[in-house]
Amino acid sequence: MNFLYTAYAAVWIVHVAYAFTLMRRYSRLSREIEDLKKK
Amino acid sequence: MKRIFPILGLLTAVLLSYALYAALELAPTEQTMGDVQRIFYYHVPSAWTAFILFTINFVASIVYLMKRSAKADAVAVTTAEVGVVFCTIVLITGPLWARPVWGIWWTWDVRLTSTLVLWLIYVSYLILRRFSSSGQTPVIAAALAVFGALDVPLVYFSIWFFRTQHPQPVIGGGGSLDPRMGRVLLLNWLAFSCLALMLCWSRYRLERLQREVEQAQAFDPILEPRSHR
Repeated sequence: MNFLYTAYAAVWIVHVAYAFTLMRRYSRLSREIEDLKKK
Repeated sequence: MKRIFPILGLLTAVLLSYALYAALELAPTEQTMGDVQRIFYYHVPSAWTAFILFTINFVASIVYLMKRSAKADAVAVTTAEVGVVFCTIVLITGPLWARPVWGIWWTWDVRLTSTLVLWLIYVSYLILRRFSSSGQTPVIAAALAVFGALDVPLVYFSIWFFRTQHPQPVIGGGGSLDPRMGRVLLLNWLAFSCLALMLCWSRYRLERLQREVEQAQAFDPILEPRSHR
């Protein structure tokens, strides 16, 4: 059972981590767009 | 299009939740392996999704090489990145399933090794895209993707042509799968395909936006002196 739950948890950790990196990249890009607009 | 994204998000969340419940509760317990066999409902759909994404990457790379289309290039980067995420899941869940069933975490047989090589090819592709600043990077990356895609059929058909530790494919491999297990498998595949679509959608938008910002930044030093006049 431990292997099953570890596998399922690992799947969700990978997906959540990837979604988190996408959100971080979005917010960094939004800051860059704001900087460009200020210029 | 903006309205479709939250609807798809909701649909994906519902599908993933129900697919998880189906995998843990509705699917029958396999007699030999027991509950650990339920890893199958995440392992196999992730592999199928990765294969589809790498195939789209292959088509987009060919289109880019033929037409130099920026959209095709963005689709190629997107599908490679999301494909690597799904392929990573295959490489994590595989050993976690193999350890209690085979008694080993890993073996260098054709199926497992070609999957690892596939993952390494697309990780190299992403590293190339991330760190090379040459103007020829998209062309080199597209060529790498075309050669890399040759590994996809090798991974899929390796268990037909070689004797491997890995079991035969559940669909088209001559094995029998309980219809209830088949339904749960397809449900999970549908759920993961929706998730992949959402991730690709977000990543594609990010890629297009990033290119617009880079273009604006490239013109910025040229435009700046005029603004001081």
